[in-house]
Amino acid sequence: MADMKVYFDNNATTPLHPEVKKEMIAAMEMFGNPSSMHSYGREARANVEDARQKVAAFIGADEREIIFVGSGSEANNTVLSLFVCGTSQCIAGSKMRSTIITTKIEHPCVLETSECLAHRGVRVKYLDVDRYGKIDLDQLAGMLGDDVGLVSVMMANNEIGTLQDIEAISRMVHESGALMHTDAVQAIGKVPVDVRQLGVDFLTISAHKIYGPKGIGALFVKKGTPYCPLIRGGHQEQGRRAGTENTLGILGLGRAVEMRTLEMPEEEERLLDLKQTLKKGIEERIDDIYFNGHPTDSLASTLNVSFTGVEGEAILLYLDLEGIAVSTGSACASGSLDPSHVLLATGVDAELAHGSIRFSMGRESSMQEVEYVIDVLPPIIQRIRNMSTAYIKGGLHAASR
Amino acid sequence: MLQAGEWAYSETLKEHFMNPKNILQGENTDDFDGVGMEGNLQCGDQMMVVIKVDKEKDIITDCQWKTYGCASAIASTSVLSEMVKGRTLDAAFHISPKEVAQELGGLPDHKIHCSVLGDKALRAAINNYYTRNGKEDKVKQEQAKVICQCMSITDLDIEDAVLEGARTYFELQERTKLGTVCGQCKDEAELLLEKFKHIHFGA
Repeated sequence: MADMKVYFDNNATTPLHPEVKKEMIAAMEMFGNPSSMHSYGREARANVEDARQKVAAFIGADEREIIFVGSGSEANNTVLSLFVCGTSQCIAGSKMRSTIITTKIEHPCVLETSECLAHRGVRVKYLDVDRYGKIDLDQLAGMLGDDVGLVSVMMANNEIGTLQDIEAISRMVHESGALMHTDAVQAIGKVPVDVRQLGVDFLTISAHKIYGPKGIGALFVKKGTPYCPLIRGGHQEQGRRAGTENTLGILGLGRAVEMRTLEMPEEEERLLDLKQTLKKGIEERIDDIYFNGHPTDSLASTLNVSFTGVEGEAILLYLDLEGIAVSTGSACASGSLDPSHVLLATGVDAELAHGSIRFSMGRESSMQEVEYVIDVLPPIIQRIRNMSTAYIKGGLHAASR
Repeated sequence: MLQAGEWAYSETLKEHFMNPKNILQGENTDDFDGVGMEGNLQCGDQMMVVIKVDKEKDIITDCQWKTYGCASAIASTSVLSEMVKGRTLDAAFHISPKEVAQELGGLPDHKIHCSVLGDKALRAAINNYYTRNGKEDKVKQEQAKVICQCMSITDLDIEDAVLEGARTYFELQERTKLGTVCGQCKDEAELLLEKFKHIHFGA
């Protein structure tokens, strides 16, 4: 195995920030139930509420607008499922609006929940994206109407990093009388997020993408917005999410956003520099490649590239043998048999989707690591292409003859 | 706390992935006596196998290959190319994906379909050799007709599934995984489904 270890898969998950780890270890003895009135409970309660304030401050919200949940997926499920509820008796006023709009490049937790809602009688419309992964505001305008109750558009895409103009989308959505949700799991802690400026009604956060622990997320619900819990049976989180609070996780999330406030401002430029160097290095040393995602409106940390004639899982595993961790849009690596739905939605053909690699950097990534990747990658691609039926320099495919 | 395994698949697979054997260098296949190509890029894997044959004895003396495919496809074809050398055409023709997978030290279920292309391409190469050498009579058609290329499901597999209880396309997919990749075989599979239901159950 290689001596050098490079973790370029920060969009999948991130290591704990040392400060988060320190705080969580220090709190390991805190076992009280925040709902208990005795000293154990009061200690836990104080820490949970402290973390809530930190999370609220981080996104410009009021602390009463923050609900702690088990994951980003849970937050997204809650919002979409709430909408079904909003169409029935229990949330007055929204009964007639039985259509939701989302995009073709959402995380599976939004897409699959939407499909499930469609089976339950909700009408779901999917926005297309252009080759860079941007939605078309004119198409949105055409879809909006009296029947639309909720629009859910992710702020930053996990695979290609493309950022959407949530502020403009929110404005349009509200003008039509619908509610606006954004899955900000990949955006939060990487680009500034202010819920008032964005004008959203719901916003999803996850801790483990920002150097916090797994199993904890938060959902912002704007004051006065119709709401119905996904998990019932307890008074926790003001009755909006039952289940004894994950106190350690909440504490970790609180510390994680605090550290983001300190580190984020200087980080973006550094990451952008790393990404440009990586991009340039790949471009200069490897032929027949295509970059996916938006050239400018994109996360500074994320670079997605397709290699002609090469299958992504093979690249991933050869890189793994060299100590480099990345992701691929190839079906072979996912356990399913379809390549990335995001890349297909941007119009990339299936072969190039199978041959895509996502590099996602983070706070610990260095120029030395980028240079190592640039050194290691070209011979790997060369080697796979040398054994490929699909690659002949210049892009001709042996298969087509 | 458990430590991560050194590798995603078996050690043998890793060895063949790291050092694949018998890769065809360049594109020239003129020196070979038989050429076979299977799979398609949209499904994410494609395989080419080329063979040299001792024409006196009908024994494979060399087997080389190229693939557009994942680690399992690379490793399984590497193993296969070693296995067939020195075998008669007839013996090589009957190597099954199961034998290849065993030689590799096992494959996860969802990777089986990645490993079947190698032996399919080998059979195509052997048939190609027969055709080129005026031995058309020896060309062995696959006894069963492959309906779903991606998952390598034949009409006989469909018949079996019907006999075992599949009555709808969905049930057929559940049993065989047919049509779960590119989906292009759906129409043909549905016709066969109806046909076998009719033959066996009068439905």
